[in-house]
Parts: sequence; C-alpha cells; structure tokens
Amino acid sequence: MIRVLKAGFYTSIQDRGRVGFAQNGVPVSGVMDSYPADVANSILNNSLEDALLEITFGGCRLEFLIETIICVSGGDFSATINNKPIQLNSRIKINKKDVLSFGKINFGARCYLAVKDGFLTKKVLGSRSFYQNITNQIIIKKGDVLPITTFKGCLETSNSAIKIKETHFKSEEIYCYKGPEFELLKDHQKEQLLENTFTISNDNNRMGIRLNELIKNDIPSILTSAVLPGTVQLTPSGKLIVLMRDCQVTGGYPRVLQLTGNGY
Amino acid sequence: MHKKPTYKPFGNASILIEWQAIISEEILNDIILFKEKIQKEKSIVIADFIIGYNSLTLKYTNELSNYSDEIESLKSIYKQDFKLQKTEKFLWEIPVCYDLEFGIDLKEISEKSNLTIKEIIKLHSEKIYTVFFIGFLPGFLYLGGLDSKIHFDRKPNPRLKVAKGALAIGGKQTGVYPEASAGGWNIIGRTPIHFFNIKNENPCFAKAGDKIKFKPISLEEFYQTEKEIAENNYIISKTLRND
Repeated sequence: MIRVLKAGFYTSIQDRGRVGFAQNGVPVSGVMDSYPADVANSILNNSLEDALLEITFGGCRLEFLIETIICVSGGDFSATINNKPIQLNSRIKINKKDVLSFGKINFGARCYLAVKDGFLTKKVLGSRSFYQNITNQIIIKKGDVLPITTFKGCLETSNSAIKIKETHFKSEEIYCYKGPEFELLKDHQKEQLLENTFTISNDNNRMGIRLNELIKNDIPSILTSAVLPGTVQLTPSGKLIVLMRDCQVTGGYPRVLQLTGNGY
Repeated sequence: MHKKPTYKPFGNASILIEWQAIISEEILNDIILFKEKIQKEKSIVIADFIIGYNSLTLKYTNELSNYSDEIESLKSIYKQDFKLQKTEKFLWEIPVCYDLEFGIDLKEISEKSNLTIKEIIKLHSEKIYTVFFIGFLPGFLYLGGLDSKIHFDRKPNPRLKVAKGALAIGGKQTGVYPEASAGGWNIIGRTPIHFFNIKNENPCFAKAGDKIKFKPISLEEFYQTEKEIAENNYIISKTLRND
C-alpha cells in the first residue's frame, strides 16, 4: 500500500487504456507518454500492461506502507526518497515508511512511477485507467491509500541506468501522417501546418491540447466521424486541437494530421 | 443507390472507410453489414470499430506495414455475399418527462418557432429515431429522424452543466446526455433511464441500427421510475424489429 501525503497538480493511475469499447463511446485513456511508462515497467520486469502512477508536473509526496521496488521514468522532477535524490530509470529498493517526493521541474511534463507488479486498483472495462464516470476516481487525493503488493525479492544490485532517448523529451519535431481531411487544405495551409512552429496553449489536458497559432481555414465541418488519440483537428476559428488519450471517440472538425500511435 | 465505400489510412494502425457524406439509413445499414463481415473475418487483428454517420474506422491491434494489401483484403470482404446471421435490432421505449421543470428550453423554442409546447412534445415523441452511432460521451446516442419543424440551433454559449438524462435538441439532432456534462444543446426534458452503466456486461443497451421512441411521462411517473431504476426493478421496454 502507498499513502498519498500530497497529491500534486494532477496525479492519476493509468495503464494501456480501454480497448474494445469505442462503440459505446468509451475513450481509450491510458498513459499519455507510453515510452517512459514502458521503460519503467520493463526495468521492474513488470508486464507492459501493468498500471502506473502518472504524475503531471510533480508536486506529489507518497509514503510506502510496505516493501517493494520501484522505478521512476519520464520527466525529471527531482525525485527523492527520504530527501535523498534518486536516479531515474533505475530499480530502487523501498522499505516500509520510505517517502518519495518530487521537487523542482528540470524537464518534461509527466513522469511515471512503476511499482513491482503494478498498481492494483479495480479494473473497469478491462483497464485501470482513471476516467470520469467509468472509474470511481479521476485523480488521486491526499489521504488515499493505493493498493500495491509487497515485494521482498532481492534486488540484483546494479547502479546502472538505462540509456533513455533524450530526444523523446527535448525534440521540437513530431512525426505525423496526413489526416483524412489533409488534402482539403490549400497548398499554403499545408505549408503553414508543416513548416511553422506551434506552441502549446494553457488550454491543455489529458483530453486535448490547443495550440496558440492559427491556420485560417474555410473547410467545412465534416459529418461526425472517428477521431483517435493523436488526431489533429482544425476548428472553424483556425485553432488546432491535438487530441490526447482521454479524447472522445468521434468528432466533427476536419482531421488534418494524425500523429504516430494508435491510442493503445 | 449509394456509392461503394472508399478507403484511407488513418495514422499508422487504423483504416478509415467512408461512404457518401449524407445521413441515410441505407448507408448506416451498409456500414453495419460491412462491420459484421469484417468482424467475422478479422476479429483477431482489429481492436476497435468506430462507426460514424458515413464512416467505419478500424483500429488494428498492431501497426499496419502494408496498407494497400489490407485495403484490397477489405474490398474483397465487402464484395462477399455470404448470408450473415441476422443481428437483432430493437426498438427501445424511453420514458421522458417533458415537464417545464426539466424542459428548461421549451419556452424559448416555443416562442421562436411559433409552436405550442404541446405541439413540440407531440412532434418530438411521435417520431421513431434511428441510432446511428455512439460518441461524444460514453452512452451518447447519435439519433436521426428529428422532425424538421423542431430543428433548433445549438445555444451560442454552451451551459457548463447539463443534467444527467437531459433530453436535448442540437440543430437537426436530438439525444440524451448520459451523464452530467457541459453542453450546448437545447434541453426539452429528462429521462430517468441510464444510458451507460459500467455495472452491466454491455454498458450501453442500445447499438447502431436500433430504434428509439420517447414516451411522455408525468413528473410523478418520472420520480416513480427513477425509484424503480434505483431499486433495480425497472426493465426498459423493447420490441424486436427486423425491418
């Protein structure tokens, strides 16, 4: 068990998400950044399906009530155990009453805490990912006790850490495919879309990210059709919305780009 | 007769199949039939199907390395003529209370459309609606068939909170909010029925191709039904339809 001493800005339990329920209007959900999540689970020899704690911008403090091993991967929020700095992407032995805290943000927006055998909150529709009206909880609160199992196995001592692709966190380029409505754009709009640099607005969450820069357009709305995590929609006002893991399953704005990844 | 569907890659692991961009039941039936055929042949490699008014999206379990081969294989499945087991389609009767306590936009619609509130309720509850697909929120049914006399534009500013069960009109569409949410449609009533219940094996009772009819009930009946649902003593009335 883990007791939440401080919940932080936005902390939730996520796994690979809900598959097979799109026809009921159920979003995929799941980890926003699957690369560090997979790294963290792999380092602990967990299944890649195991649930992790997704911590947005740090700020959270957790007390372990049992022995286990953990791995923290993703954004660097100066993680410490009992106020001693820990290394990201490595196995860390945890004793009863150890306190994991996050401090200053060095890079990244989200980090992942994996524990041996994963977080064991209830599976709903095949997934432990928090989502409104599907799971009881949407975010972790102070005082929550999160279910994990005891692990007393010995830690093969090794201070080595896995080499992580830093470009994953620092690159300003994102690979993409043409979206279903890309060809409806005029040449100068395509160029704008692919040559310009866009910035993330304050209006961003697990559902979607609005970008600041506009692309003037007169493409009409489409008949409501599928959208996926990673779909980039162009709204009538010219705003671009990049849909993320909690996005709805259908939408009516033209889908101009599709980022890599299929949502699971 | 509708044109054959067209195929587009959608990202690295999905295929978007599109029909002519019109809302028609003929197209919906073709989408559902094609989906059933694909499901029979490819259920192992497809993780999710998403139906839209004129589209069917297939989400594959793995990245697709050769789109053109996959599209050819889908085209040949489309042409297959084997007799499928008929999927049962139901007409669901949904009790709705159009009382002004719930139908908070009825007065405005009545004033702007020159119809009395009684006429609006009659026009809305007489029609049989078709479920085209489920989207927006878990259990939100996209219904077709709203009488053109009560087409009514979305509100310029969406409400921050629309109640669970709110029955609403948005442009040419009508539907029920399955949970409390923000929303810009005009509210004309409320149903005590849950459109999405994770406790059920199939969380949403209706599916694409089913029909919905709204049955007007009084405030008393609303609260009585709400109680019966809470006590698990209510079964939604359904009739098998195979037309």
